[in-house]
Formats: sequence, structure tokens, C-alpha cells
Amino acid sequence: MFVPVVIAVVLTMGMALVRALCGPTLYDRILALNMFGTVTVMLLSVSAFVAGRPDFLDIAMVYALMNFIGTTAVLKYFRYGDLGGTGHDVEPTRPEGEALR
Amino acid sequence: MIEALLELLSWACVLSGAFFTLVGGIGILRMPDLFSRLHASGVADMLGAGLLLVGLMLQADSFWTVAKIGILLGFFALTSPTAAHVVAKCALHTGVQPMTGEGPFRASRPADREGASSKP
Repeated sequence: MFVPVVIAVVLTMGMALVRALCGPTLYDRILALNMFGTVTVMLLSVSAFVAGRPDFLDIAMVYALMNFIGTTAVLKYFRYGDLGGTGHDVEPTRPEGEALR
Repeated sequence: MIEALLELLSWACVLSGAFFTLVGGIGILRMPDLFSRLHASGVADMLGAGLLLVGLMLQADSFWTVAKIGILLGFFALTSPTAAHVVAKCALHTGVQPMTGEGPFRASRPADREGASSKP
């Protein structure tokens, strides 16, 4: 019964990876990687039930935390230019109207 | 009787969660621009993962498994909208143009007021 669930989740991981590889802007790639992490958490949770080992849920929780922190850190770096700043709206690192590739 | 009903409800939740995850994947591959792809990512994040985890929660047999899946659900409910908001805000502030028609939002962007039309 878990087989169609695993197939759907793995197909979604593949589609998110395709979007991360050929997304036109940087933000498409980051969004696709964030979604890839979410879907990986789902796959880990399902595999905890398939294998009968609830320990995998701990790994899923850690992976969800790392995924969110990684996404936010990369976006903060590309928005403000450094990671240690306060995050106020200072000078943008590049002129307006020029999207990152 | 109640166990069979619980099993049925659980599999319905798990399978519809897988369906919505697949829908979100197709959406992130096929949608035309970034801000509509955020929509598809939100479908897979909240509806897909939420329904799948609720279905797994109904199948769990120990208290701590249910508690861990509940923590995971609460974490998704907090971080998925936050991540989508951060992506959209960064994209807007660094000049990614949303694909609109001739709406008021497009005309109010500073890059458009200067006459630089960069329609993708």
C-alpha cells in the first residue's frame, strides 16, 4: 500500500531537482531545493513506517530543521551580502531591476 | 469496527497526501514564473506533507511516534509559509518581475515607471 506513495514522492523529488537544475533565476532553484527537502522529510517518515523503525522520524525532524535554516541563510546571504548583519533594509547588494541568475 | 474505520481514514489521508505532493511537483515543473511556482510549492508543503503525516499519525502505535509526527506537523505549519514568504520577498526586492497583465502592481514597480519593460 505504501508503494504508490513512495513512487509519487520519488517522482516529485525528481521534478523538483529538474526545476533546481534549469530554473531561470536563483530563487527558483532555492524554492525547488526547499521543496526537495520537504519531500525528503516525507520520504523519511514513510520509510520509518515501511521499515518499522520509528527512529527515522528523528532524522526527519533534524532534516526539516536543517532545510529551513539552510534556505533562510542562503536567502539572507543573497539579500544582504553577509550573514552576521541585523537584517535591516540597508543598501541592496546589486541595483534594482537586475535579477540573479 | 472502529479500527477498520481508522485504517480506512488513514489510508485515505496518506494516498491523498501523495496525490497532492505529485500535484505540487508537476506544478513546480510546469508553472510559468517564480510566484506561481511558490503556489505549487505551498500545495506540496502544507497539503501534501500535512495529509501524509496525519495519515501516518493515525497508523502509529506508540505515543512517542504520534508526538514526533505532531512536532513535525507543527514545524511544517510554521516554516513552510515563512520560507515561501522569504523567497517571495527576496525575489521582489532584488528585482524579479512577477508575470502579470497590465495590472496596477506592475505599473507601480520602479523599474516600470522608468519605462524599462522587461517582460519575461
